[in-house]
Amino acid sequence: MIDRSEEKDIVVEHRFIPRDQDIDDEIAWAKINTDVLQSMERPRPLYWVIFFASLLLFSWGVYCEIYQYQNGLGVADLNNPQVWGLYIATFIFWIGMSHSGTLLSAILLIMHADWRKPIFRFAEAMTTFSLMTAGLFVLVHLGRVWQFYYVVAYPNERWVWPNFNSPLVWDATAIGTYLTSSVVFLYFGMIPDLAICRDAASGFRKKFYWLLSLGWQGTDRQWANFRVAYLTIACFLIPLAVSVHSIVATDFAVSQQPGWHVTSFPPYFVAGALYSGCAAIITLFIILRYVFRFEAYMTMPILDKTCRLTFAIAMVWTYLNLIEYASVWYGNDMYAKQALIYRATGSYAPFWWAMNILGSIVPFALAFKSLRANLKIMMVVSLLLNLGMWLERFMIVTPTFAHGYYPWTWTNDWWPSWVQWGIVIGSFGWFTMLFMLFCKLFPTVSMYEVKEMVFHRKSSRQAKK
Amino acid sequence: MSTTAHTMALFNDFDGAAIALEELRSRKIPGFRMEDVTIKSPIEHPELSEMLGKRPVYVQVYTLVGAVLGALVGFTLIASAQANFLVQIRGGRPLVPIPPDMVITYELFILCGVLMTIVGCFIGWKLSGKRSPLYNVSISVDKIAIVVKADRNAISEINNIFSRNHSLEIIGE
Repeated sequence: MIDRSEEKDIVVEHRFIPRDQDIDDEIAWAKINTDVLQSMERPRPLYWVIFFASLLLFSWGVYCEIYQYQNGLGVADLNNPQVWGLYIATFIFWIGMSHSGTLLSAILLIMHADWRKPIFRFAEAMTTFSLMTAGLFVLVHLGRVWQFYYVVAYPNERWVWPNFNSPLVWDATAIGTYLTSSVVFLYFGMIPDLAICRDAASGFRKKFYWLLSLGWQGTDRQWANFRVAYLTIACFLIPLAVSVHSIVATDFAVSQQPGWHVTSFPPYFVAGALYSGCAAIITLFIILRYVFRFEAYMTMPILDKTCRLTFAIAMVWTYLNLIEYASVWYGNDMYAKQALIYRATGSYAPFWWAMNILGSIVPFALAFKSLRANLKIMMVVSLLLNLGMWLERFMIVTPTFAHGYYPWTWTNDWWPSWVQWGIVIGSFGWFTMLFMLFCKLFPTVSMYEVKEMVFHRKSSRQAKK
Repeated sequence: MSTTAHTMALFNDFDGAAIALEELRSRKIPGFRMEDVTIKSPIEHPELSEMLGKRPVYVQVYTLVGAVLGALVGFTLIASAQANFLVQIRGGRPLVPIPPDMVITYELFILCGVLMTIVGCFIGWKLSGKRSPLYNVSISVDKIAIVVKADRNAISEINNIFSRNHSLEIIGE
């Protein structure tokens, strides 16, 4: 796509931009195209390090899955009562991770918050790949992968009688809908950029982008229909995203298990999902900014806004967490109260305290402007926040199974086997590998939206003058 | 030989294109209609599009149809499947329970709404139709194009208007 003779010319231009300005509004449209297309062509070497490391992790995960497939779920140490283990905890984690991308992109689009424009594309891609990763765990945890169709809502045939009253069937439908809609939203919003890639590419790539750009020429008719459709899909996606994680929450909340039968679970899950997704956006923002030389587009003021948004959501999550504890503590259910005490003092107590500290205290680092301006600190903080959110899911699933109604089923010393850990680690490799491939093939910064942002900001600045 | 022809002028910015459009509209050239003008641009510019006259978008109609049909089909599929569960012992519970069925109905309402929105948009783009042969790759970079379809006799006058308004390049069929 890019002439190889220009290989030595990639330098990040450092101009003075006022600190409160999200983007340099003097940046030329042609430069936006060049920067983004070059980033796809020649990322920094760290790209390949990340890609091959993720490929390695994914390969390990595949090996573990094959081992489990051949030897049965017993090698994963899954047995009654610990029937879900890390698989469902990590499934919830990935579903949660998927939330911020599309949901925040849609909300910010409707609110005309134009600072979303340089970062929404990779956030939406994060949603898609997170959902694909989450979907894998639904299959993996079954053991008998070939029987996955039991969770799919389809009319009664062959006497299988899917139970349409089960939250697990709702779950499969909601995730399928969310995945389809998110892919559509991601692809549809990318069509004008795919046309830019088509016009700049040659050879096989030109054919590839030509096919995907659907004959886009930027006509007024195309833009008008595109805008209405894009906004309409965004409007659909907001309630859909909320419904997806609410339904995941009902998998637990409608059961009678102590620690799960909590009314506030759906909003708690949605807040947790937004929280972990925002933290992941910060992590990927910092990585992409460096790897693809996006310093001019993924600017510090935009990171600052994302961090403040994450802090606000962290406080909502903390509040809902406290509400959950309070309603159990002051409620009349001694089993639920016992489950809460077990979490705080039993064999999984270090993880419970780690979850609370990482989820509720560490985010206060985001409240300080000086810390928000430090990329290394923000990278560490965002990773810690996501570790906290993964622990939250682990603490929802495992202690309840370990300390249920019947003392003879208590498994206080249960710990996942290497097979489970391998598949969980492999899922991170799978996600990162897909995400990095996406970044290489498709523009992660929306060129036409950044042009709009620059155009409107420049126009309003000139109008003010 | 067709009596109509296409011409396209490239402009550096929206202001230049707007002045040219205004002159095209005010000159009342025989064999030229404003409805046959198309703007091609790297970003959307609603103010410029408004100069072309009203061009309605029907995407929402498809959305509405898709969403309603999605909900109806979703509920019908589930309820008809449940109605076949006659040999199951329901213990007095309803054969077709409405509240839990609403979840899948809701999901299909959204799914079909989204998919039909895309279909509506593709129809609005005339996706399967023939693309305009006049295109320049600089449109996807930073240039604004005005494409006009008019009688062959009117093309030279239209091109003169474009030239007078500092178009960068005029491309004909």
